[in-house]
Amino acid sequence: MKKILAQTYIWILLALLYAPLILIAIFSFTESRVLGSWTGFSTQLYANLFSGQMQESGSLLAAVKNTLLIAFVSATVSMILGTVAAVGLHNLQGRKKQALSFLNNIPMINPDVITGVSLFLLFVFLHISQGFLTVILAHISFGTPYVVLSVLPKLRQMNPNVYEAALDLGATPAQALWKVLVPQLRPGMVSGFILAFTMSLDDFAVTFFTRGTIGLETLSTYIYADARKGGLTPELRALMTLIFLIILILLIIINVRQAKMQKANE
Amino acid sequence: MKRSHWSIPYVVFLAIFVVLPLLLVMVYAFQDGEGHFTLANITRFFSDSDALGTFAVSLEVAIENTLICILIGYPAAWILANKDLNRSAVTIILFIMPMWINALMRTLATAEIFNMLGIPLGKGTLLFGMVYDYLPFMIYPIYNVLVKLDRSYLEAAQDLGATPWKVFWKVTVPLSMPGVTSGVLMVFMPTVSTFAISEFLTNNKIKLFGTIIQENINSSMWNYGAALAFIMLIIIGITTMFSDDNENAEEALI
Repeated sequence: MKKILAQTYIWILLALLYAPLILIAIFSFTESRVLGSWTGFSTQLYANLFSGQMQESGSLLAAVKNTLLIAFVSATVSMILGTVAAVGLHNLQGRKKQALSFLNNIPMINPDVITGVSLFLLFVFLHISQGFLTVILAHISFGTPYVVLSVLPKLRQMNPNVYEAALDLGATPAQALWKVLVPQLRPGMVSGFILAFTMSLDDFAVTFFTRGTIGLETLSTYIYADARKGGLTPELRALMTLIFLIILILLIIINVRQAKMQKANE
Repeated sequence: MKRSHWSIPYVVFLAIFVVLPLLLVMVYAFQDGEGHFTLANITRFFSDSDALGTFAVSLEVAIENTLICILIGYPAAWILANKDLNRSAVTIILFIMPMWINALMRTLATAEIFNMLGIPLGKGTLLFGMVYDYLPFMIYPIYNVLVKLDRSYLEAAQDLGATPWKVFWKVTVPLSMPGVTSGVLMVFMPTVSTFAISEFLTNNKIKLFGTIIQENINSSMWNYGAALAFIMLIIIGITTMFSDDNENAEEALI
């Protein structure tokens, strides 16, 4: 009885959470401009999306490309910077350690608008013209703390003598880094990368303030501009459905793999 | 080279891209257009009934949103973390997944549903949409703490004669507080500061604090915009001081 109640609660919540997404998915298979009027089954929106021939503008695909490029570059840099920083932080003591941990938390606690406005003022102050580079720098600044926090637990689990042993056995510091340190930290680095990547994909406010006036559009800024013009470009429904499916499949793969690895460990 | 020195590149990066920008917010907040020191931007906020009203509405919506998210999210996280009640990993994935989808997209989808159902956009739809957007961010950290909870504490309390209700309130809830704190941090401040989300969900009828910051910065009123951002920074400082167990709260996220 208790179990049935609990399951009912969970599934009602899920149904509510997913209702809008499912509706969007259903109406991605009809051509009508407004949601809710069904004008017959059609895959035209998907065809338009991929051919770039859209009723409104062809920049949607460009926006998707920009979003992915920015997320990939910034998450990669975040992963490297954050891993090196985590090793440093792990070996710091006392007040210095506290101070750096505190600084590392700031970008995570700061709301997007504050991060965006403060970086906007920075680039104005330094006379750096805003565009791709400034957006990537901004995304690195809020992505790296997640990498640091993902790598730190792995460092705590690691035997600190293994690295020293490699050096004593004649490995150069670079070899010890690649052959000893990185393999042990890899799971933390990967989850940090994934977090930084998704934070970047999801970001709107910071990009909005740091992209300047060169007309750089990411998916978020495109959607924002589009919705302000009044009404969603119908092709966005197809795009949302695709993104939704890709993420669902990715998450299931990741979780199945984790479950398998756990079983193997047991 | 000492390995603690590996933190130097990041320290430099943080100094330039986190500390300096926040200092600049303060500098701009206390300057007039020509760069002279002034308190006018701050005093302007306290005499600007529009901004004050927006500020009050933002706090109200954020508090309501946070409370609703805890009320709905805590039981959900508890059920998900309880192996007797939920054995499927799929339900957990389904709750986490919305966090991975662009928030603007999800918000637009919600707004479109309201339009389709003919529900007028306003305060109610704003709250509904906010809860819809932020609920996963409340459930996930609480779930993370609950799932790692050492069950022997609960068994010990039971063995010592506590009723299930007492075990829940005296053991489970206190031990899960880091998750709740982290959930509050992830829901409260973002709600105060969002700008696009509130525009979509109320058709621009209700502005939140983030919107007026954005409007001022976009219309080149940098100093006043910075002053508003500065006021928000102070509130963040106060909120985070209340959640003293910060480190645990951050770790509940990962």
